[in-house]
Amino acid sequence: MPLLYLIPAGVLLVCMMGYPLYQLVQLSLYEYGQAQASGGAPLEFLGAGNYLALLSDSRFWTILLQTCLFAALCVLGSLVLGIGLAVLATKIGRIPRMLLFLAAIGAWATPAVAGSTVWLFLFDQDFGLVNELLTGSGMSAAEGFSWTYDKYVAFGFVAAEVIWCSFPFVLVTTYAGLTGIPGEVVEAAALDGASVWRTTRSVLLPMLRPVLLIATIQSIIWDFKVFTQIYVMTNGGGVAGQNLVLNVYAYQEAFAASNYGLGSAIGVVMTALLLVITLGYLRAQRGSEVTV
Amino acid sequence: MKPVRKPRLLAANAVAVAFAVVIAFPLYWMVLAAFKPEDELLSTDPRPWTTAPTLDGFRRVLTVDGLGGYFVNSLIVAGAVVVLSLFMSFLAAVALTRFRFRGRAVLLVMLLVAQMVPVEALTIPLFFLMRQVGSVAPVFGLNHLGSLVLVHLAFSLPLAIWMLRGFVAAVPTELEEAATLDGASRSRFVWQVLFPLVAPGLVATSVLAFIHAWNDFLFARTFIISATENQTLPMAILVFFSPQGNDWGAIMAGSTLMTIPVLIFFVLVQRRLVSGLSGAVKQ
Repeated sequence: MPLLYLIPAGVLLVCMMGYPLYQLVQLSLYEYGQAQASGGAPLEFLGAGNYLALLSDSRFWTILLQTCLFAALCVLGSLVLGIGLAVLATKIGRIPRMLLFLAAIGAWATPAVAGSTVWLFLFDQDFGLVNELLTGSGMSAAEGFSWTYDKYVAFGFVAAEVIWCSFPFVLVTTYAGLTGIPGEVVEAAALDGASVWRTTRSVLLPMLRPVLLIATIQSIIWDFKVFTQIYVMTNGGGVAGQNLVLNVYAYQEAFAASNYGLGSAIGVVMTALLLVITLGYLRAQRGSEVTV
Repeated sequence: MKPVRKPRLLAANAVAVAFAVVIAFPLYWMVLAAFKPEDELLSTDPRPWTTAPTLDGFRRVLTVDGLGGYFVNSLIVAGAVVVLSLFMSFLAAVALTRFRFRGRAVLLVMLLVAQMVPVEALTIPLFFLMRQVGSVAPVFGLNHLGSLVLVHLAFSLPLAIWMLRGFVAAVPTELEEAATLDGASRSRFVWQVLFPLVAPGLVATSVLAFIHAWNDFLFARTFIISATENQTLPMAILVFFSPQGNDWGAIMAGSTLMTIPVLIFFVLVQRRLVSGLSGAVKQ
């Protein structure tokens, strides 16, 4: 009986997730280009060849590093903004709070493509509002300034959009966590003579730990594999591929350069990295259950 | 919390409203641009309002560029994913909560791990898989909407099952015993008692599944190669970007059309979504 109920979902998951995962590893061990994809040439087993090629390619290390830095920037931004606004939300009136949450939910709900296009429009070189306002306030350098030309400016620009649509999750979960802490706990700490700082550090933070952990790990997982924003906002990875992250890199190697084997190897590296984070998450979660 | 003195409360309120305005501004700007006439959009002096709102942008993208068709394609994919994912995840959640069997714990851990798999990395093998599927059943192959339904359905299942587990578990077992005593068969209990009782959970999970399928850009871009009539909205919007100058009116009208269904869903179910999410994470 339980088997019968599990079959539809189970079959689909095995076919669409399990098998492709296995295939991903397989593909990464072969020379698999246009000729092999169209069946014109036999498969050539490379073993670790694709991985060795990656590890000895300085471009791969650059992209790996900038993926991590970009993700770190997005995670940090989302956490600071999300937690900051959650704390603020506990100290304000009902209507401002409702406005704040409505705005955040709007940003959260915006599809990645739509969010990317509207940010591109706001920061457009010639018709964008931001450049107009900057020029108007005396910054003549802003006239015709391209936000996607310089590598670091472009990364910052995309990160701002990513933070805009991913901080609301942090805000909502942290706010739920904060309001879940009974007021008596804080009052008791104050009666015992604890300072605000001491209360925050020794009472609030430990109680919020599980919530903050979830928000952090979710953000890391999301921001590490940003694809749409980079692809749309920097037009496929920026000038000469300067804004590539692992995800977009794998895609471009496979579908633009027809290096399906190498692209798969990048995919395996990315999966492995995320798996390490996942295991850390599971461990940390178990740890938090023990302490509570 | 401590009562806050009046001036500080006012200041905090003002800061919060200012943040709300800044956060909501891109959305306002998008909708505004969608209603602006062409000459105002191309002016180098953009104004935060318009004196001559027009539906031209929408009319153009819907009739001339056939965005309506892509909108329908997006709806078909997302709708099919929602309905199928609902039934599949409900059945699996019932099996995983109401039955004790060997390997159950392993399955649960696998579900958790499956949620963490970066599905983007699977684009390459799935591309080849869909190519093979297409040679047997063209509707589910490359260039067809069926391929998108299959992958998004699969990707939505782990989280949907995980979330529904909590809702199914919350239904007391006494209810099942009572139903059995009254002579109801197991499947009758599952569909006529359990299914309606977990409706709130079903709403939350189906919204998540809808949003995933609706927002997808990567798989639509990879699978729908040459059959432009089977394109979904995200890809269709990008057509208006061109080196000769971007058609911002069309892009913003398309983006607005794409955002509205999701926005409505989110506002309708945000409370359930949040409780569903936190319920899913807590277990």
